[in-house]
Amino acid sequence: MDQDRIRNFSIIAHIDHGKSTLADRILELTGTVSGREMREQLLDSMELERERGITIKAQAVRVPWKGYELNLIDTPGHVDFTYEVSRSLQACEGALLVIDAAQGIEAQTLANAYLAIENDLEIVPVVNKIDLPQADPDGTAAEVAELIGDTADHVLRISAKTGQGVAEVLDTIVERIPAPAGDAHAPARALVFDSSYDQYRGVVAFVRVVDGSFRAREAVRAMAQGTRFEAEEVGFFSPTMRAAEVLETGEVGYVVTGLKDVSRLRVGDTLTSERAPAGEPLPGYKDVKPMVFAGLFPTDSDDYPELRDALEKLKLNDAALFYEPETSQALGFGFRCGFLGLLHMEIVRERLEREFDLDLLVTAPNVAYRVTTPTGEVVEVHNPAEMPPEREAVDEPYIRASVIVPKEYVGSVMELCNDRRGRFDHLEYLSEERVLLVYELPLAEIVLDFYDQLKSRTRGYASFDYDLVGFRPSELARVDILVGGEPVDALSLIVHRDAAHARGKALVERLREEIPRQYFDVAIQAAVGSRVIARETVKAKRKDVLAKCYGGDVTRKRKLLERQKAGRRRMKQVGAVEVPQEAFLAVLNLGDGKR
Amino acid sequence: MGAVDHAPRPSSPGEQRAPAPAPPELRPANVSHLYVHLPFCAHRCGYCDFVTVVGRAEEHDRYVDALLAELELERELLARPLETLYLGGGTPTLTRTGALLRLLASLPPAAEVTVEANPETVTSPLARALRDGGVTRVSLGAQSFRPDLLATLGRRAGAADVRRAVYALRDASFDNISLDLLYGIPGQSAADLDADLAQALALEPEHLSCYELEAKPGTRFTHRHGAELGAQAEALEGYFEHVVSRLTAAGYRWYETANFCRAPSVAGGRDLRARHNLAYWRGRDYVGLGIGAVSTVGTRRWRNRPSLRAYVGALLRGARPAREFEELPGPVRERERVLLGLRLDEPLALAGLERAFDAAGLARAERLGLVEHRPGTVALTRRGRFVGGAVTADVVA
Repeated sequence: MDQDRIRNFSIIAHIDHGKSTLADRILELTGTVSGREMREQLLDSMELERERGITIKAQAVRVPWKGYELNLIDTPGHVDFTYEVSRSLQACEGALLVIDAAQGIEAQTLANAYLAIENDLEIVPVVNKIDLPQADPDGTAAEVAELIGDTADHVLRISAKTGQGVAEVLDTIVERIPAPAGDAHAPARALVFDSSYDQYRGVVAFVRVVDGSFRAREAVRAMAQGTRFEAEEVGFFSPTMRAAEVLETGEVGYVVTGLKDVSRLRVGDTLTSERAPAGEPLPGYKDVKPMVFAGLFPTDSDDYPELRDALEKLKLNDAALFYEPETSQALGFGFRCGFLGLLHMEIVRERLEREFDLDLLVTAPNVAYRVTTPTGEVVEVHNPAEMPPEREAVDEPYIRASVIVPKEYVGSVMELCNDRRGRFDHLEYLSEERVLLVYELPLAEIVLDFYDQLKSRTRGYASFDYDLVGFRPSELARVDILVGGEPVDALSLIVHRDAAHARGKALVERLREEIPRQYFDVAIQAAVGSRVIARETVKAKRKDVLAKCYGGDVTRKRKLLERQKAGRRRMKQVGAVEVPQEAFLAVLNLGDGKR
Repeated sequence: MGAVDHAPRPSSPGEQRAPAPAPPELRPANVSHLYVHLPFCAHRCGYCDFVTVVGRAEEHDRYVDALLAELELERELLARPLETLYLGGGTPTLTRTGALLRLLASLPPAAEVTVEANPETVTSPLARALRDGGVTRVSLGAQSFRPDLLATLGRRAGAADVRRAVYALRDASFDNISLDLLYGIPGQSAADLDADLAQALALEPEHLSCYELEAKPGTRFTHRHGAELGAQAEALEGYFEHVVSRLTAAGYRWYETANFCRAPSVAGGRDLRARHNLAYWRGRDYVGLGIGAVSTVGTRRWRNRPSLRAYVGALLRGARPAREFEELPGPVRERERVLLGLRLDEPLALAGLERAFDAAGLARAERLGLVEHRPGTVALTRRGRFVGGAVTADVVA
């Protein structure tokens, strides 16, 4: 295809604002998929994504339109995958910015729109769902125009559901979005903007050819990681995989690598030809590091091998997932896992439980800390129990949070951000009704329950997004929980010094309710270093007998004893204290809304 | 009781099961302990979950006939003479006196013959008749001396009835009387308990059984007082300790979790422990006759079904009554020996019970001062006995 007849674009939209419906309509209108073949929301292939309305993995579909080749590059919709979104956007020259005419701009849209603008993309603003009775196309158009510095009459008004205005969208893509630049005669370079794993074919890389061209059976090298492989096949999706002879300059398609491990080919890397390699990789590659960590333990310790196998399989498909074995005296054998963010964590957990049928205990998540030891060494700590007692300084990750709320909730959102050690950055009115608040906050404050709090304080009206802005020094304390004088590793936490007392107190109170009475008094303490900051006591039981036991009762009493004994066997020993697994579960487990 | 039933099903309604032949290993005549259940009560007490039958005086003679028929069917299991015979209920003394005496006369002789009685049923003539009928020991269900607490329990006898019954028994020269007391009755203060203990001690019984009131699921009592019992649970913890220290200070031996007897030193050297119940706690075999009665012989346990009509019908036709059977393999019987044996103040001999113990649990209990583990024996310490239920769960395999 002629390079100037190619248009590469993506769609930026908030969840439920109609991205998938618009993509479906485009496939239909361009004859890529017939109405009968049409599967709703074709691009979202995984079951989980469909249910949650999230697209985790990007794909690219090629559609013909009036003699042009349009490549629609799908982007993940969530903040945890910002880096992947940025790579996807880098593969495009333009983006459709789709806004729900009834909902207006949301924080996620904003973040991704800014990302597109930063990537010098041509933005085509589209107001969708104009057929809805509560739609406000003019107001929304004005809001969008204001945001991107355009005029309202430049904003397209469509209904992806009915198909109204979709042809105009395609025409506008051809008109406004520039053809890809790039030198067809230069050494070959292609940006890997996504990948997926196929059991039989190995890693399939989604690429945008920037310079030169790639052919099947050619020796290829990934420049950042140095991985070498033979391109077993090249081609494109339309909408299913179609092999091609060649992927040319400006085109978007796939390369079958045969690699058996996704981590060997990371998103953002540059492919080049082994025969005539390029001198410089494309800019912007970075190794994505997990920022949120949690311990994953099988509820039944016999399931440990299944959990290990499941994580191995997930990792094939999810290069950003990190895990290493962790042993906890309270919870047994499990894994400490690293995630890009909370959503990523939730997705991994759900996939483990749903696809692999595992029953998991997930410890309270924490962030990555950078600790400077007294010897000046800097170590990254992923587990509160591993926080060195002696330390010069601790840095923790900070984020820049954007919150969009109706103006009447500004006060309560600011209060929440201030409570969470937030630093106010700025506030702006997006419209008369809606306000954008920007705060810098420690990521650790977000992973706890920030989102739930935000939702409840704004009756669900707030939308929220964040970017990592780097590590900053903090006054942090490691709070240890001691049961009968023995520290319980899985319950250690790192909190800001000012919150240590309150959090420690809440934890020991909860534990006191959960730990059954023993033969002796059991002290439950929260301590920072050697200083006890909260204490509760589980009083010794003075009496525990079966009142009567005669000839007629023996069977029943024996069965009772056997049940008691089975309960004893499930107890975890913390020093001399027997603690039921359920006690840890109650204190640790997420998702019960009590946090 | 496990509802394992090896007996054939009745082929049509009303037809009774064929008698289950006694397995060969049960044949030897060596069971020395016989329990006979007399289910009749004047009314059902709210907290009771025993097999009882209210009223039906006309049935008493037929029931006694049935008991004696069952005795004949199982006689080959029994040693002669028996060591102990125990008539429990129900309210055995509510059985028509003629029928009761006929029963006593027909049962095999035993060294200890106990009859349970409710105080209001014990008259001087009855006391003398029992004594003449060979009864050696009477267990009186006093429960409390406080009228308000007795009313809460739904008991008909008052403190005066208990005293009158004890005097009648003494007059009939009974020298082994046991009183049952309940504590933890809703509304019972520590002072109330102390007063009950004092009144019981004043009667100088040879033996006392003190039970914490249990809210048994499904009883009227639990329905009415369950919440109240839960609320006073914390306070009740101290009651058990109080009962034990008060009674031991008065010269009683705390020989079983809930049972006390006058120590030999104050009883002229007599061992006043309930020999029949001691047989249960020592894991001996026993045969039970009557509805709901349980027998344990060798590796087999069975329980008669509770229906009075079906029981009498089957036996008067010469058939064994309907029963639920349970097999007791060695390890199960051994665990039961531990469960029962650790209720006693005497050390439990370990010989033959090695695999019924959890070595780690035993070591831990010993470390915590709850168990005394000597070569060949295990016993709970005084502290261990207050939490004996939990300790047993720890040390049993």
